[in-house]
Amino acid sequence: MNDLLYLNGYGFYVWGSYLVTFALLAIELVVLRKRTQRK
Amino acid sequence: MTTQSIKWFWFSSPATFYPLAGTIAWIAGVLAVALTVAGLYVGFVVAPTDATQGEAYRIIYIHVPAAWMSMFLYVVMAFWSAVGLAMNARLSFIMARAIAPTGALFTFIALWTGSLWGRPTWGAYWVWDARLTSELILLFLYFGFMALQASIDERRRSDRAGALLALVGVVNVPIIYYSVQWWNTLHQGASVSLTKAPSMAKVMLLGMLLMALAFWMYSIAVIMIRARCEIRENQ
Repeated sequence: MNDLLYLNGYGFYVWGSYLVTFALLAIELVVLRKRTQRK
Repeated sequence: MTTQSIKWFWFSSPATFYPLAGTIAWIAGVLAVALTVAGLYVGFVVAPTDATQGEAYRIIYIHVPAAWMSMFLYVVMAFWSAVGLAMNARLSFIMARAIAPTGALFTFIALWTGSLWGRPTWGAYWVWDARLTSELILLFLYFGFMALQASIDERRRSDRAGALLALVGVVNVPIIYYSVQWWNTLHQGASVSLTKAPSMAKVMLLGMLLMALAFWMYSIAVIMIRARCEIRENQ
């Protein structure tokens, strides 16, 4: 598990990319969901 | 007029497009989840560590698909803008409006992931390189499109002004694409092109293509949902 997080020293760059990407996509979905529920 | 063309025009009415968009969004959403799971599995479990870049290369599975989507979505936005201007079709303008935020999002993701990939490979988060700079201009074009439309109250004028900006800005897309050939850039050349064999291992290419399809499906789903919101809010 630690190896997966560390990724030979590249963990910050790789996980930093994936985390921000999926967080932004999730935010877009939440914002859109709120918009669809708006009357 | 053939039956086929009548059907196309039938769907160009926002009222008839609305339920269709809902069905498309649902199917594309399910496909996006399945393709993301498959793409991440291939990218992180099946694909080996890169011989020269080590683990840092794994950013490719989101960086390249996001960069492709950023350019592709802009071209599609410009296409609907052109159709809207030529045929004065409401649904075309709605599509252009629905695409812009997702296009901007993927442009930001391409820049962000590129920056985090640049640091370990080039030694810098950012350089004023032709590829990076033209991609940054693309982000500003998306912002400009959204800001311009938001600043004009009258809907038809706002649609037309945005459409014009989208059309003028489309010139930037080939500049981004060919920047690595036209100028001496730090950014590497295309990994995949229509004219040459891919310069990467097959399994890595598979992971990247799966993620590209996943982002594509995600974009379709989100754009359809946003188009439905636009239709409902402007009835």
